[in-house]
Amino acid sequence: MSRRVAAQIDDIEYLSILDETGKVDKDLEPDIPEDILLNMYQAMLFGRRFDERMLKLQRQGRIGTFAPIKGQEAAQIGSAFHLRKTDWLIPSFREAAAQIWRGATPQDIWLFAAGYNEGVNIPEGAHDLPLCVPVGTQLLHAAGIAYGIKYRKEDGIAMCFHGDGATSEGDFHEGVNFAAVYGLPVVFICQNNHWAISLPLSKQTRSETIAQKAVAYGIPGIQVDGNDILAVWAATKEAVERARTELCPTLIECVTYRMEVHTTADDPTRYREEDEVAPWRKRDPIDRFETYLKKKGLLDDKAIKDLNDAYQEQLLKAWDDTEKRIHELDSADPLSIFDDLYEESPPHLEEQKAYFKNRLQKEAHNG
Amino acid sequence: MAELNMIQAVNLAMREALADDESVVILGQDVGVDGGIFRATIDLIEEFGEERVIDTPLAESGIIGMSVGMAVNGLKPVAEMQFSGFAYQAFHQIENHVARFRWRTSGRFTMPIVIRMPYGAGVRALEHHSESREAYWAHTPGLKVVIPSGPRKARALLAASIKDPDPVIFYEPKALYRSFKEEVPDEPETLVIGKAEVVRAGEDITMIAYGAMLPRTMEAAERLEKDGVKAEVIDLMTVSPLDEETIITSVKKTGRVLVVHEAARSFGPGAEICARINDKALFYLEAPVNRVAGYDIHPPYFAREHHYLPSVARIVDEARETLSI
Ligand SMILES: Cc1ncc(C[n+]2csc(CCOP(=O)(O)OP(=O)(O)O)c2C)c(N)n1
Ligand SMILES: [Mg+2]
Repeated sequence: MSRRVAAQIDDIEYLSILDETGKVDKDLEPDIPEDILLNMYQAMLFGRRFDERMLKLQRQGRIGTFAPIKGQEAAQIGSAFHLRKTDWLIPSFREAAAQIWRGATPQDIWLFAAGYNEGVNIPEGAHDLPLCVPVGTQLLHAAGIAYGIKYRKEDGIAMCFHGDGATSEGDFHEGVNFAAVYGLPVVFICQNNHWAISLPLSKQTRSETIAQKAVAYGIPGIQVDGNDILAVWAATKEAVERARTELCPTLIECVTYRMEVHTTADDPTRYREEDEVAPWRKRDPIDRFETYLKKKGLLDDKAIKDLNDAYQEQLLKAWDDTEKRIHELDSADPLSIFDDLYEESPPHLEEQKAYFKNRLQKEAHNG
Repeated sequence: MAELNMIQAVNLAMREALADDESVVILGQDVGVDGGIFRATIDLIEEFGEERVIDTPLAESGIIGMSVGMAVNGLKPVAEMQFSGFAYQAFHQIENHVARFRWRTSGRFTMPIVIRMPYGAGVRALEHHSESREAYWAHTPGLKVVIPSGPRKARALLAASIKDPDPVIFYEPKALYRSFKEEVPDEPETLVIGKAEVVRAGEDITMIAYGAMLPRTMEAAERLEKDGVKAEVIDLMTVSPLDEETIITSVKKTGRVLVVHEAARSFGPGAEICARINDKALFYLEAPVNRVAGYDIHPPYFAREHHYLPSVARIVDEARETLSI
């Protein structure tokens, strides 16, 4: 009989490399090739401009509800940049920047947001899941995908995004545990943006960090400044290597902030003060990265302006394309609502489809 | 008398219950400070405090599992599932415990729980926010399923559900939350759970509906009136247990039946209603019982969701079919 230490728990690390003023810790600064640095900047900037445009489209009533990403670009790009094409991206619903970097088009994202199933358009061979609305459910999907990778002895990994709120769902714990128990190549990226709709992190969990939840499942967890692209990049690099070579999952908590509404149906003035948001404006992930790149001589104001102009134009055209597609779809017959329920449509469904077709004609006839 | 929309009426019922009975507590995601994402619980935390209007972490099974324990220990939880599409995260708690505790403990522990959840299509929402799956709950012994069709009934039915000694799934048609207002009496009002109401008298055909389909069915009945058809309309209000008596009495009078629901057709409430009529009034029927229901598909994303929902025109045409006119 004894009373002794049964387990020694490691301290949870916090990693910050590029601070909000744009100062960099030289000892920690990762060695990232210049073209990658610039590509990451561009992906973040495009994500920001895309998000702003999407918010406008929503406010104009052209698309439906969506979850803005503003302020979370570094958390998404610093992590997703480590994915090879053959790796898997398993998003939640607030990862537009990562999805676009992976190849999703603004047109498809907007078509989806305008209420068309055709917007979920995952090309053959792409290893990207569509966005996942039921909070936290996707973590287990990542575990399953990674099981397949391991089973076939591929060297891929699965990267799964989720929010701070998701860590309260049972599926979060099951997903991390399954990945840990089977030794699966998964990287879980928690975008801790401090809010789950109106619920602040302090009411979501009594844990000091989300990263420490990993410890309970026997896997590494690390907290990083989620608005610091260098820190996100560096922490994810280690986690991705660990997944690929050691078949060990990692939980990375990116500490960031939801700068916008939860979704366009939400009114944050009901539950948070501007005072709380203000300091985070100074911690903007794009601003500090710009400072860093300028100091490195990789970027200047003219280049930034040119990029912004080009993106605005690209986005205008993307919406034009989307509208065209919407017109096309609206003038096609909507029988496709009966598609893709089963490999082979059962007789009763075919009967209902025929009935529906008949009704369409009838209602068109009667105006 | 105040003119209230359905969301305000639901709010009123909860406010009255909290004021009336100290054992009543409200719990769910964003129900406190935010007042609920649809504002169903607005101002309740200010009035009754955070011990009784409880913002929970993001876990539906947590909300319902806690409610089970609360009920066992003398509280009356009114739990909110933010959307019916996320109640499945609590399915095991509802099926394994909420529906069974009374039975499993031979009546020692009961479950005076109300689980409110908005359901249904027609509000341009994202996936998982538009389904009408009341059949899941109606299929589970031990649960009651209540679905209001307007503000006044919503208030009275929710009041009755909170008072009910057994668990009630209170399915709120979110398409009606703000679609119209009604006079709601100032004094408390309740309705009997398990009772349907004949909301329009007629002798040619019985049309049975509930929730968001009731206003459409009423409109269809009015259109039919112009062709000289007198339709009787029943607002079910409680889907389970079914008020067979009201249905059978009406069917014996009209001999023709059309059931209207938003839920998918196969294995939907209409199928059960049809079976009950066959059991109790088959020889009074002058035509087969007809159904207008959602198709057996997931509600399409919102650009095409109107194709899924039974339209007034479709209800009228199917009624005429049943009437052979
Ligand atoms: C299972 C489930 N419950 C409730 C919701 C409604 N809902 C959508 S997002 C959200 C909050 C999510 O918070 P978090 O995980 O922190 O992600 P964030 O929105 O901050 O990106 C809630 C409650 C849902 N989509 N799924
Ligand atoms: Mg969050």
